[in-house]
Amino acid sequence: METTRRELLTCAAAWAGAGVVWTLSSGILSSRALADAGRATKRNGLGSSGGLQFVQISDTHIGFDKEANPDTLATAREAVAKINALEVEPAFVLHTGDLTHAQKPGAFDTVEGLLQEMKVGGRFTVPGEHDVFGDGGREYLARFGAGTRGSGWHSFDHSGVHFVALVNVVDFKTAKVGALGSEQLDWLAKDLIDRPASQPIVVFVHIPLWAVYPEWGWSTTDGEQAIALLRRFGSVTVLNGHIHQVLQKVEGTVTFHSAMSTAYPQPAPGAAAGPGPLTVPAERLRSHLGLREVVWRGSPGPLAVVDARLG
Amino acid sequence: MAFGRHGGGSAALCALLVMAVRASAAADPGAQIEIRGFQFVPATVEVRAGATVTWVNDDEEIHSIVASSFNSPGLDVAQHFSIRFESPGTYEYRCALHPQMKGTVVVR
Repeated sequence: METTRRELLTCAAAWAGAGVVWTLSSGILSSRALADAGRATKRNGLGSSGGLQFVQISDTHIGFDKEANPDTLATAREAVAKINALEVEPAFVLHTGDLTHAQKPGAFDTVEGLLQEMKVGGRFTVPGEHDVFGDGGREYLARFGAGTRGSGWHSFDHSGVHFVALVNVVDFKTAKVGALGSEQLDWLAKDLIDRPASQPIVVFVHIPLWAVYPEWGWSTTDGEQAIALLRRFGSVTVLNGHIHQVLQKVEGTVTFHSAMSTAYPQPAPGAAAGPGPLTVPAERLRSHLGLREVVWRGSPGPLAVVDARLG
Repeated sequence: MAFGRHGGGSAALCALLVMAVRASAAADPGAQIEIRGFQFVPATVEVRAGATVTWVNDDEEIHSIVASSFNSPGLDVAQHFSIRFESPGTYEYRCALHPQMKGTVVVR
């Protein structure tokens, strides 16, 4: 089953910038307004039902200053303000890569500052190709690599959910798409092997694991091998960035969600000669940027994914 | 192989002029490749051994030039990168950030 982009956009437009909660139940997608989501009172990422609440932010591209968004720091700060205004303090934030724009000098410092400004219980990142292209990931690992393996992959558990951070950008320039590599796939197999199929899994990664649009590098060459390791689990949510737009696909028990950027939009797959910053009228920019809130209610079933626009 | 990169604005213009003067003394004036619209234009250039090839980024996006034997830093708008090719051969390259962008330098 695949939700088309048109269906998603139609539904998102109906909520006109308020954000939408996507809930998957028995294979059926439903949505509701962001304002109704997460109406819980407990702190530290735990909702009233004892579930888990966290936030995804992506593609901050700090250092980008061209026409598509001359002030990516300002829009990133707006995202931070939205996170800090949430009623329930998120358990943690996941940043799904392209923290910086091509490792511009000082950009990693700025991103670290932004992450520290967030009122969240923890901070987890994966690199995008912009974060590693100049030095193969040396600076990224020096700053964010503590407790990770290889090029930055790692996993952790929270509230009964198993989180897996994958890195598929290090060989981007030769693979032309995302690539995980055999060492990381071997690690993933071992990481998952003893886990019960009933445990919810959340994977976060920069480039989509599935073939969104390989001609533009929006795919992962060995992503299917990772997905094969995940299929036996009853609830798998894969969160990615890279393409700067909301896109969703459901494949059995595996749901894929691509997130908006906080910096600039990109064209829909195939809608332009190539990928790259898309300039939209300034008054509409914030409707193309955003962040994502994810709620896990602790009962069997899917995670509720809320895509909130900046304006 | 010799590498060079220069900043944008007037510094880039001066550097280009200096390079033009140097190139005029060489046997082969070399080649300039423009990066625009996420493409290398022209995608294939042919030069003689010892010639300098210069890439100039006209896009409002950072690009780079990466091949098995050379690697540029990220080039912002108006920045350029030069290499002198000493040995004959066919050099295929890509942009590390947008690997669908590719080009070839043929050195005779």
